[in-house]
Amino acid sequence: MTMSYLRGLTLGAAATLALCAAPALALDLQFYFPVAVGGGAAKTIGELTDAYMAQHPDVKIEPVYTGSYVDTIAKAMTAAKGGNPPQLAVIGAAEMFNLIGEDVIAPFDDYVSDADKAAWFGGFYPAFMENSQAFGKTWGIPFQRSTPVMYWNKEAFRKAGLDPEHAPASWDEMVEMARKLTVKDASGQVTQWGVRIPTAGLPYWLYQGVAIANDAILASADGKTTAFNSPEAIEAAQKLVDLTTAQGVMEKGTLDWGATPKAFFEGNAAMIWTTTGNLTNITQNAPFPFGVAFLPAIKHFGAPTGGGNFYLFKDSTDEEKKASVDFVKWMTAPEQAAKWTMATGYVAPRAEDWDTPALKDYVAKVPGALVAREQLQYAKAELTVYQNAQITQILNSALEAIMTGQAEPKAALDEAQAKADAILKAYR
Amino acid sequence: MRRQTLTAWALLLPAACLLVVFTHGPVLRTVLATFYTTPHGRLPAKFAGFDNYAHLIADPIFWQALRNNLLYAGLTIPASMGLALVMALLVNGRMRGRGFLRMAFFTPTVLPLIAVANIWIFFYQPGFGLIDQIRGLFGLGATNLLGQGDSALYAVAAVAVWKEAGFFMIFYLAALQAIPQSLIEAARLEGANALQIFRRVIWPLLTPTTLFVAVNAVVNAFRLVDHIYQMTGGGPNNATALLFYYLYQVGFQFWDTAYAATLTTVLVVVLGLVSVGQFLFLDRKVHYQ
Repeated sequence: MTMSYLRGLTLGAAATLALCAAPALALDLQFYFPVAVGGGAAKTIGELTDAYMAQHPDVKIEPVYTGSYVDTIAKAMTAAKGGNPPQLAVIGAAEMFNLIGEDVIAPFDDYVSDADKAAWFGGFYPAFMENSQAFGKTWGIPFQRSTPVMYWNKEAFRKAGLDPEHAPASWDEMVEMARKLTVKDASGQVTQWGVRIPTAGLPYWLYQGVAIANDAILASADGKTTAFNSPEAIEAAQKLVDLTTAQGVMEKGTLDWGATPKAFFEGNAAMIWTTTGNLTNITQNAPFPFGVAFLPAIKHFGAPTGGGNFYLFKDSTDEEKKASVDFVKWMTAPEQAAKWTMATGYVAPRAEDWDTPALKDYVAKVPGALVAREQLQYAKAELTVYQNAQITQILNSALEAIMTGQAEPKAALDEAQAKADAILKAYR
Repeated sequence: MRRQTLTAWALLLPAACLLVVFTHGPVLRTVLATFYTTPHGRLPAKFAGFDNYAHLIADPIFWQALRNNLLYAGLTIPASMGLALVMALLVNGRMRGRGFLRMAFFTPTVLPLIAVANIWIFFYQPGFGLIDQIRGLFGLGATNLLGQGDSALYAVAAVAVWKEAGFFMIFYLAALQAIPQSLIEAARLEGANALQIFRRVIWPLLTPTTLFVAVNAVVNAFRLVDHIYQMTGGGPNNATALLFYYLYQVGFQFWDTAYAATLTTVLVVVLGLVSVGQFLFLDRKVHYQ
């Protein structure tokens, strides 16, 4: 009786000691992350952080799933304004100026050696760094990055008498093929549309796939000026709406983003534009052979980048920041990046990632994954400005007005530019 | 007497504390915030007088959201209440499969709106959506109800009616069951037909329920925006922007907290006036037993 009591006491004391000692030794880091694609994204994040903690027993990382991108920035911003931010978060790359403007993030530079700056920062694809660096500092580290691509239904191409192995390379060729791919029944109702470029909710992203190819850059590098109504930007919007009106190869009105892969599977649209992040979904669910291609060229190829970056929050100790940077460096190392890309379909953001055996095998099985990487050389940053959500919403509304026939491209984009100017004026 | 007063106050205190901390305090702070600018980073909030209210009056999206909301309320309130009453009358009578029908009518209420909104998106898809497939059976062409500025608001209003009617039905059903059979039998003995019984006996006895349901329906018409978030994001071109959704956008996407506070204040005042009016005006017409 006394023996077991004594043993219990010793065990209890040991456990208490261990419990007290652990927090003193370990550094606690909180890390917010969004999930914007289906599949095992959240599970993979958990596995990666566990693997890191196994190698680094002195650091304890708590990954917190915070919903969509919009939810994540809302939660991180609320936490930061309440004086209790996470040490780290993955947030939309386009939010960079917003986070700088609100003074809640710190640049990575102060916690990275000069040699590392060249090797680490310099190793990412330049298109991804465009909205990760500003004022000579690096504010975001590319992690779950994407770009839109075109998927085409090879069976529909064959039925329309087109070469099923040849995707349209230029806009005009796409329109030409879309005409042949638009099928009507006896009563004149369209049963298959040539192309579907979803423009409901967040039209600004795919619109930039047209705009960038047409030489329209929508925002200045300092995030303080937009150019929504340049002749090239107006022409790009005209091209988009012409698909539904003059050319009649796309359904009129705005089209839902989330239902677009379904429209593809159902044979409702023979070509679709959507994110490379849908590659795994489409590979698993398309009931016909399909191809993945660049967005068609106008003056040249072009596409926006998208997705999220790692950000370092300002309101934390130097020690925590150093540990956070270490973790981010590990997460973006080739082996981890390869795992992440295969689990989600995001584009591995560094050239060296693609030399790993894991990704080489993956690319051999899913050749479509390479298309997104190849397209990066033509890609530019998506719209990234101060007050990003509001400015994006202004552009979205203008594009929706254009697509639903409520306004002419020039009038709508002139108005959007004036509204954006009124807001960004304060930052100049 | 003094002891009693003290006891009363002591009993009220916990509830009063909660109300002050979570309701009245925030309301006051919200109203105060409307007179300041939004703090940004190192820029603290500055006194702005009535600037936020001037901005609101000049903001076309606010007026559009208000117009949308009035139309949305005008569509969803009578439609969901009317449908609820019809459904309640239907499942109140004796019939086969009554339990099943009651459950079917009530199911939409139990489902989370954000989840069913995702399903409704697919119902509305042009070409391959459920609605267009049914239209196809009758040789009708495809529609893009969510993707056109002139139909999108009706499309999201239909989802709200579908969601709410079953909930209101429960209240009507309970009220119908509470009507004494003797009154209806008496009316029948007097030779009244079904329509007369409904108009002269049932409907007057349902008025307290109607008032309650109406107040709820009005509040929901301004409060229930989950499906807007999921289905349209207020688009196309703000065609489905409702006040509460716009308020969420301004507050939690644009982070213009001062302007969001202004919108909140206006919304609270409008809703307060409407419900006071409802009680004062309708109370006279309500028949309490």
